[in-house]
Amino acid sequence: MLKDEDRIFTNLYGWMDTGLAGAKKRGDWQNTARLLKLGHDEIVERIKASGLRGRGGAGFPTGLKWSFMPKEVGARPHYLVVNADESEPGTCKDRDIIRHEPHKLLEGCLVAGFAMRAHAAYIYIRGEFVNEARRLQAAIDEAYDAGLLGDNAAKSGWKFDIYLHRGAGAYICGEETALIESLEGKKGQPRLKPPFPAGAGLYGCPTTVNNVESIAVTPTILRRGADWFAGLGKENNTGTKLFCISGHVNRPCNVEEEMGISLRELIEKHAGGVRGGWDNLLAVIPGGSSTPLMPQSVCNTMTMDFDALREAGTGLGTAGVIVMDKSTDIVRAIARLSYFYKHESCGQCTPCREGTGWMWRMMERLVRGDAEIHEIETLEQVTRQVEGHTICALGDAAAWPIQGLIKHFRPEIERRITAHRTAVAVEAAE
Amino acid sequence: MSIDARIADDQPDSFAFTRENEAEAKRIIAKYPKGRQASAVMPLLDLAQRQHDNWIPMKAIEMIAAKLDMAEIRVLEVATFYTMFNLKPVGRYFLQACTTTPCWLRGSDNMMRCIKDRYGISSGETSECGRFTLLEVECLGACVNAPILQVNDDFYEDLDYASTGALLDSLEADSPLPVGSVTGRSGSEADGGATTLQDLKPAE
Repeated sequence: MLKDEDRIFTNLYGWMDTGLAGAKKRGDWQNTARLLKLGHDEIVERIKASGLRGRGGAGFPTGLKWSFMPKEVGARPHYLVVNADESEPGTCKDRDIIRHEPHKLLEGCLVAGFAMRAHAAYIYIRGEFVNEARRLQAAIDEAYDAGLLGDNAAKSGWKFDIYLHRGAGAYICGEETALIESLEGKKGQPRLKPPFPAGAGLYGCPTTVNNVESIAVTPTILRRGADWFAGLGKENNTGTKLFCISGHVNRPCNVEEEMGISLRELIEKHAGGVRGGWDNLLAVIPGGSSTPLMPQSVCNTMTMDFDALREAGTGLGTAGVIVMDKSTDIVRAIARLSYFYKHESCGQCTPCREGTGWMWRMMERLVRGDAEIHEIETLEQVTRQVEGHTICALGDAAAWPIQGLIKHFRPEIERRITAHRTAVAVEAAE
Repeated sequence: MSIDARIADDQPDSFAFTRENEAEAKRIIAKYPKGRQASAVMPLLDLAQRQHDNWIPMKAIEMIAAKLDMAEIRVLEVATFYTMFNLKPVGRYFLQACTTTPCWLRGSDNMMRCIKDRYGISSGETSECGRFTLLEVECLGACVNAPILQVNDDFYEDLDYASTGALLDSLEADSPLPVGSVTGRSGSEADGGATTLQDLKPAE
C-alpha cells in the first residue's frame, strides 16, 4: 500500500484548512518562483521524465501534450484550459481536489501555464458544482490577494491570470473541443480535428486542455523530482492516482493509491470489500462508465493501470471503479448507461444522435427479454457502426459498455429472451 | 421535447438586471478578451436565472443577446442546449435526483419512490403545492456518496428512503438539513473511518 508520505493529496478528505494558510503548511506555493526558474522547456522535460499520463481518461502523456504548444508566442496568445467538467459516471475525484485542495490546482495552473508560455488559464467547472465553484473562486481571490497570481505571479516575473468559468449541465463539454466551443459561448459540440487545440484552440489560439488531477499533481512532481514520481507505480504507468470506488462495496470512497495496485486490494483494503464478499462479485466497470465491464474472473488478477486494463479489452479511464455484486440486474445497469449516452449526445453526428437512441431502446427490450436471439448480433453490429464514425469519442463511449456486456454476459441476455418467450407462450395458451 | 414545450407560456413583459447584477455582469464580461464577450453568455444566463426565481424569461434572452451583441437565436440555442437553464418556472425547491448507474446501484430508486409517495410527482413535474419540482438528472459526479439529490445548489448525499423523507421534512419547514452526506461523512472518505491519511488528521 502507498505510504502517506508519498501521497500528493494529503487533504483529500478536507480535514484540514482548505484555504491558503493551510495549503502553504502542506507545501503548496512554497517558493513557486524557483520552480519557474527551471525554464519553460525544462519543466516540460521533467514532466515527461516523470511519466505522468493524463488523468482525464485518455492517458496521453502530459509532458508530451505540453510540448505540442508553439515554442514562440506569435500574434496569438497561448491558453491553458483546465477541464473540471467532471461528469463521467463513476468519477468524483476532481470534485475533492477543487473543494479540498484548490491551491494545488491553482499552483499547477501557474506552473503548467508558464511551461506552455501562457499568461491566462480558464478553469471550466461543471455547472452543478456550485459550492465547489464558490470554494475555488475564493481560493483564486485569496491567491490574487497574496500576489500569487496577477502581474508578477508568485514574484516570478511572469504575468498569470486564472478565470473560473461555470458550465451548465452537458457531459459532452468534457470533450476538449466541445469545452472550448462552450467557453466561447456556443453549444458544446465537438470540433473536427485537425486543427488540434495546440495549433488553434480557444479563440483560435494555441491551447492545451488538461484534466484537474493532471495539473494539480505537477508542482509536487517538480518539487519531489520526476524520479520520485516515476519510481511509483509500474513502467509506463507511473505515479499515484485518485481512485473512486462506488457501487456494491461496503464502504464506497475516494482514495489516492499507487498506479498498478491490484483491483482486489483496492476494493478490499480501502472500500471495505465487495458486499457479501469477493465471491459475491459479479462485475466491475474499472474506469468510468465508458470503459467496458469485466466479469469476476478477469477482476481476480487485474491491476489498475492503463496498460493492463487495455490488454484486458477495457481501460483505466478516469479510475472511477463501479462495483456490481451478484444481486445486480447487469442488463439494466448497462441499459441505464445507454440512456445516459442517449441523453448526452450533442446531436451533431448522425451515427451517435440516432445510434445512441436506437441502442438504448434495444437495450430496454433486452432488459425485458422482449427480443429475438439474432437481435443481439444486430445490436453488436450497430455498436460497431457507431464506434469510430463520429467526430468525438462519445459514440465510442456509448458503444463500449454494450460490447462489454455482450462479450461477457451473452448467456444472461439469451436466458431472458428465452424466459420472455416462454412467458408469452404460456400466457397465450391460458 | 419540442422547444415550445420547454418555454413558459406566461412570460413577463420585461426583464432587467438589478443594479448589483448589472455590476456583476460587467465583471463577468471582463474575464474574457475584447471582442470575445459571447463567452459570457452562460454566466449571464445563470445570473438572470438566479435573479428570476430559478427560471429565465424570454425577455432576459433578448436582453443578454443585446448586451453581448449576439443574435437572439444564438442565446436561445445555448439556453436550450444546456440542461441547467430553466425556461419555465420550477418550484422553490428544485429536486434533481441522480439515477445514473452508480446512484442506481446504491438505491436511487428508493429516493425517487420517497418523493413520488409524498408528492405524487414524476420527473419533470411540480407538486400540487407548487413548492417542489422533480427532475431526474444524469451523473452528478459524487458517486462514492451515492445516491445524490441536488436541491437547488446543494448536494445531499448517501440518501435512502427514510433520510430522503427527513430531508423533505426539513425543506417543507423551510429549514433545510446541513448540506452534504446525511450519514455524517465529512467528504469522500470511507464510512466509519478513512483507510489512509489518518495520521495527518488533526485531533478533534
